[in-house]
Amino acid sequence: MSENDFTLPGYDIPEEMKNTINITSLDRLYNWGRRSSVWPLMFGLACCAIEMIAASTARYDLARFGMEIMRPSPRQSDLMLVAGTVTKKMVPMIVRLYNQMPEPKYVIAMGACASGGGPFKEGYNVVAGIDKFLPVDVYVPGCPPTPQALLYGLIKLQEKIDKQSLKHVRWYRKGPDSVEIPVPLLGPDLIDLRRTEEIKKIAARKVE
Amino acid sequence: MATTVSTKSVDLSTIFPDAVIADERKGYTGWLVEKDNLIEIATYVREELDYDLLSSVTGVDYLPEEKMEVVYQVYKTTGGPGLFFKVQIPREDPMEIPSVINIWPGADLQEREIWDLYGIKFPGHPDLRRILTWEGFEGHPMRKDWQEPFYEEETKPFKSRWPKGEHIHAEEINPYHDNLKFPPKFNPENWTPTDPEEALYTSLKKFTTKNEDGLEAEQIIVNMGPQHPSTHGVFRAVVVLDGEKVVSLKPVMGYLHRNHEKIGERNTYLHNMPYTDRLDYFNSMANNWAYALAVEKLMGIEVTERSEYIRVIMSELTRIQNHLVWVGIFLNDLGAVVTPLLYAFEERELILDIFEEVSGARMMCNYYRFGGVVRDMPVRAFEKLKQLVYDRLPGKIEEFERLLSENEILLSRVKGIGYLSAKDAIATSMTGPMLRASGVPYDIRRAEPYGIYDRFDFDVVTRPECDLYARYHVRIEEMHQSLRILEQAVSTIPEGPILPKKPVYQVRVPAGEAYGRIESPKGELGFYVISNGKPNPWRYHVRAPSFINITALEKMCVGEKIADFVAILGAIDIVLGELDR
Amino acid sequence: MYGKGILKSLSVTWKRFWMTYIEDLSWFFRRMAGGVNRYYTDEGIARRSSADTRGIFTIQYPEEKLPVHEESRYLPFLVYDETEDGEKDVRCTSCGICAKVCPPQCIWIVGKNDPDSGKSIPQIAEFYIDADICMNCGFCSEYCPFDAIKMDHEYELAAYKRNIYNMDMLLKPAEYYASIRPENAAREDEARRVKEEAKAAKKANAA
Repeated sequence: MSENDFTLPGYDIPEEMKNTINITSLDRLYNWGRRSSVWPLMFGLACCAIEMIAASTARYDLARFGMEIMRPSPRQSDLMLVAGTVTKKMVPMIVRLYNQMPEPKYVIAMGACASGGGPFKEGYNVVAGIDKFLPVDVYVPGCPPTPQALLYGLIKLQEKIDKQSLKHVRWYRKGPDSVEIPVPLLGPDLIDLRRTEEIKKIAARKVE
Repeated sequence: MATTVSTKSVDLSTIFPDAVIADERKGYTGWLVEKDNLIEIATYVREELDYDLLSSVTGVDYLPEEKMEVVYQVYKTTGGPGLFFKVQIPREDPMEIPSVINIWPGADLQEREIWDLYGIKFPGHPDLRRILTWEGFEGHPMRKDWQEPFYEEETKPFKSRWPKGEHIHAEEINPYHDNLKFPPKFNPENWTPTDPEEALYTSLKKFTTKNEDGLEAEQIIVNMGPQHPSTHGVFRAVVVLDGEKVVSLKPVMGYLHRNHEKIGERNTYLHNMPYTDRLDYFNSMANNWAYALAVEKLMGIEVTERSEYIRVIMSELTRIQNHLVWVGIFLNDLGAVVTPLLYAFEERELILDIFEEVSGARMMCNYYRFGGVVRDMPVRAFEKLKQLVYDRLPGKIEEFERLLSENEILLSRVKGIGYLSAKDAIATSMTGPMLRASGVPYDIRRAEPYGIYDRFDFDVVTRPECDLYARYHVRIEEMHQSLRILEQAVSTIPEGPILPKKPVYQVRVPAGEAYGRIESPKGELGFYVISNGKPNPWRYHVRAPSFINITALEKMCVGEKIADFVAILGAIDIVLGELDR
Repeated sequence: MYGKGILKSLSVTWKRFWMTYIEDLSWFFRRMAGGVNRYYTDEGIARRSSADTRGIFTIQYPEEKLPVHEESRYLPFLVYDETEDGEKDVRCTSCGICAKVCPPQCIWIVGKNDPDSGKSIPQIAEFYIDADICMNCGFCSEYCPFDAIKMDHEYELAAYKRNIYNMDMLLKPAEYYASIRPENAAREDEARRVKEEAKAAKKANAA
């Protein structure tokens, strides 16, 4: 982070005071710390995961962004990189992993499949986008996104973190956002527990 | 290495005149076998005719003829053409065909897959559970009359896309506004969940043992995966442990089941090409070839000379790249975190650069077309290829050997671990480096040469040790052999056309069946395609090496330590895109 | 001797370690002699992605970017020619081949009707590509007979919402296409010119 970033607290500084004193806001320091140490959950689903590994190896080197520490445990990670096709059989585990991650947590939908089902959207075992279950922060299109495209997505996430303010972030307040997402069940098809009423109604209607 | 290959085809119908007739449908080969005589005939084929390798078992749904068919493709590990035999049964539940698992144990997972996707039961199979979907899933999805929730039309291209193609999300058409489908009157509140894990856990052996002091010790069940850093993706293994020792193990899969085959039957022949990229996503160049081979067999077209060379070059490059990554990840599994992986990915990136320059994409190359490849190799890419093949890669592979081959820590982790005898390896239908590491010199490039492999000089690498050490060495040595092939191909590649004629997007494929198989870096990759003369394949089946090589996982792991399970699994070289399809 | 293999292994990592310094130093001396820097220069990037790269392999994205090859493909875009009076002359004739050849069927095309006669004319009214379905296979551009849809090189596309591209977002000028794929564009322009000349000659003959 350049020196300049610290001295721009987001409001106007009189011209004569610039470069004489350092004004920084707690937000900037706080966000700088968080954006420079986003630890992703070590968690690959499909083809995109290989590009994710490639992004963390020598040529693209995620370590330059402070993101090389991929944690296998959700308890220690800040970012869930959903890299690949989300299937109905897998989505209960993904939701459970997300619930286990501590706040602040972010989700990146990497690739077409995680964003909206991708080429496999029509398949019977495929969830049409992880955003049906989890709040997604950044969508990275591509099939698969090249490591550079992924890095761009991560930079976009850092920009998003930069814009957050201590006063408004959800993890310091009680609110609907910190509610756990109910883990879907595997019945005759995937049952999203938030939608049982709707499923009941439509299934009954189909008989008529 | 010259093997004497018998090309004489066997006439089953003269041996079993009452139970076998020749398959005389147009474009088909092989034999139709009576269901009741299957076991007898299969035993004969295995014992007397020496067809020891069950390559693939496939279900086919002939809805118009009201028939279900199961196709068995068997080969000899000494080489030569295969033998196809089929069992037909009327298409009404309950459908039952006796299991061949006692003759070829490699049928294990494949029969489970047919039960899952087609609903054909195999009496005699000891553990017939759902495999790709879950227990409680409604219906058998590969049946032709089963429609997925986002069903739009029987075949592509869909009419809604043009000329009145207002963009509509598939979700808006589906009543549940999602990729969902429930039986009528389904009520999630009254629904009692059938525990999908119950059948799995009862299939595992459980013991309680008493030790000398009279204390009872119970074995514990450990779930590894589907989210686990060592399972190479979303693979799951349920392990029963006695202390640290593996007593019993079951692989659980389907967490990346992306319905390749169902989508593949809606697609046109050309549409399937980029989908094959996403099977084994390390080796799209190899996958393309196997699929192109099957369709070219059906179409009866020749591949242009230059394209044949380019195909060999690309598929050998992808083999080197795959084995490099395998070494890196295998060492990662053993605990040498990232150093070998970083070195391996450096070379891989350089190879991927060539792929990108040639085909347009790093991983999903989509480079092969029926009759050739999509475009010629640019001069710059060819120059870089030469530099890699002649200068860089030989030295780098030797560097890997210096780094690893004599390292005592590595040796003590791999020697004698994960033993799989040649007999067991053949019985469980292992192919590729896994089979060769058990001392069986079976390589499709030699056993049944495809493309122009008969023109090149190379050795089939085998090792006698049958353990992890052998599997490591086979792969290292195979990279050297690939370089040998590459050197020959690069120096003799002729000029000439790339495609036999102007490419068209709607290819005409005559009715019939074809099985195209290649030696992919992971084993035998086969595509079984049935055409009925329409623009879309009637059946599109992938014989995935990762999927079938996992059959022997339990055999290799029982008796070993849990830490070695990670290495044994890693040595199989599975890729989930291919394992679950 | 036990441990010899480990020492051998360590020699490899040791060599790799020193190689970064040797390589950087050699570039440093070359720069002193008037050469270019190893980092942030095209020459440096080319060297680092060449077959005899050694030392540090990293491309410092986003400050420096890997060169994109001519044939690289990402998402498709629609090509238009600019007419003399500044209008956009979209090459697409709504023939629908791209929509038919698209494996995951992510292209939606609405053809245009003549406002007077109501008959369909070879122009597009709407064109959608669902980037969350597209598999970047490149079939649409490969089989387009009018060179109207091409694969883009732009990969910095990450967004905070889902990506469905309509015509406004897809249209890009022919000059842009020529700039990213000079060889292909030149070849196609030449083929089109020959075709048109042949057409004109045929017309002249007929008349």
